[in-house]
Amino acid sequence: MFLLLFIISLGLTIQSHSYHRSKFINSANFLTGGIYESASGISDYFDLNDQNELLVEENRKLRSQIFNFSDSISSITSSIDSVSYNGRYRIQSAKVINNNYASSKNYLTLNKGEKDDIKEDLGVITSRGIVGIIDNTSNGYSRVLSILNTKSRINAQLKASNHIGSLKWDGKSPATTVQLTDISKFAPVKDGDTIITGGQSTIFPKGVPIGTIESFDLDISGDTYTIQVKLFNDMTNLSHVYIIENLDSEEIKLLENPVDE
Amino acid sequence: MNSFSINSIIRFLVLILVQVLIFNNINFMGTINPYPYILFILLFPINNNRTLFIFLSFMLGLFVDIFSNSGGVHAAACVTIAFIRPPVLKFAFGMVYEHQTIKFHNTEFGNRIIYFTILILIHHFIMFLLEIFNISNILLILQKTLFSSIFTIILCALISILFSNKQR
Repeated sequence: MFLLLFIISLGLTIQSHSYHRSKFINSANFLTGGIYESASGISDYFDLNDQNELLVEENRKLRSQIFNFSDSISSITSSIDSVSYNGRYRIQSAKVINNNYASSKNYLTLNKGEKDDIKEDLGVITSRGIVGIIDNTSNGYSRVLSILNTKSRINAQLKASNHIGSLKWDGKSPATTVQLTDISKFAPVKDGDTIITGGQSTIFPKGVPIGTIESFDLDISGDTYTIQVKLFNDMTNLSHVYIIENLDSEEIKLLENPVDE
Repeated sequence: MNSFSINSIIRFLVLILVQVLIFNNINFMGTINPYPYILFILLFPINNNRTLFIFLSFMLGLFVDIFSNSGGVHAAACVTIAFIRPPVLKFAFGMVYEHQTIKFHNTEFGNRIIYFTILILIHHFIMFLLEIFNISNILLILQKTLFSSIFTIILCALISILFSNKQR
């Protein structure tokens, strides 16, 4: 009996370590989603003030972009919203009903699911920066693989130049810091520089802000930098997020992986 | 007997809800969370069916896993401590356990703490080992085990004092 159950649970653990396979045990099902939603309905009242301020701040930014639109097109194309998306991206809002950041594999649960047209592999951001990638959906809820998860890999680059690397988390650093690896040693890396998403994945559009460089050092091999990135987002205090869908991703994937005949 | 099982069911549900809604969100000093839901296993009545006990422990762990997206980590740890509970009981309580007359609320406080400490340390170690799943991070595992265990032991002791019915 003991051995049987122990092996079952080990199997579930190992299964959860492989990306996209942990279908069964997750917080995006009907029961857990429902409980989390009603609990967050109560706890939401406690940080209404903070969230309101965030929304006002974002409104201010968007409004100033609308008013300045006519005289500075160039500054807008490099920034996160409206024009640079060019209609290729569909954006939906959602609310975080469960947020973890204490373990080494963290997930969030959102209150939107398949009935709102949410699919796997859509990007999730806030007005300040990226949050993660949707990795599991049910009818009414979806689960997000947070950037604070040792399984997460996100394509990112320096804002100042086009050197790309991949954004990971080592599971040890506090919830404010992630690591950017595989940046070539010829890249001009400076403390305080901004890191943004690269345009190489079909998940995030290019130029979504991630964070600033806190410190950096050369790898053991001496070829690449490992950069400590301080996140713009406060991952411990998330409420309203946006889900980004790249409408062209099917076409790009089809082009990149042609079917063998 | 009947009141026993009703009592256990209520304890099962309440501990899971309290764990996932409150204790999973404490995040003391950034990352330290207590896991007092295993009080269900620690305080499960002793003279009961062993198979049922191990199965219930598995379900308890599995529910916590489903809520916290952790695969089968909690389930594995819970099954293990349910399995090794009898020897630990014998070690912590000695003769009293041999006579099968033990009731948790009239055991000595010191013995109870020893018993809690052993099982909680084992549970947390297995849990973090499986969660991090990387032997090269053994220091991180031990560190997390230590801090979380201290937190859990204090909470378990407090809860068991608060809810022990001492009427004689």
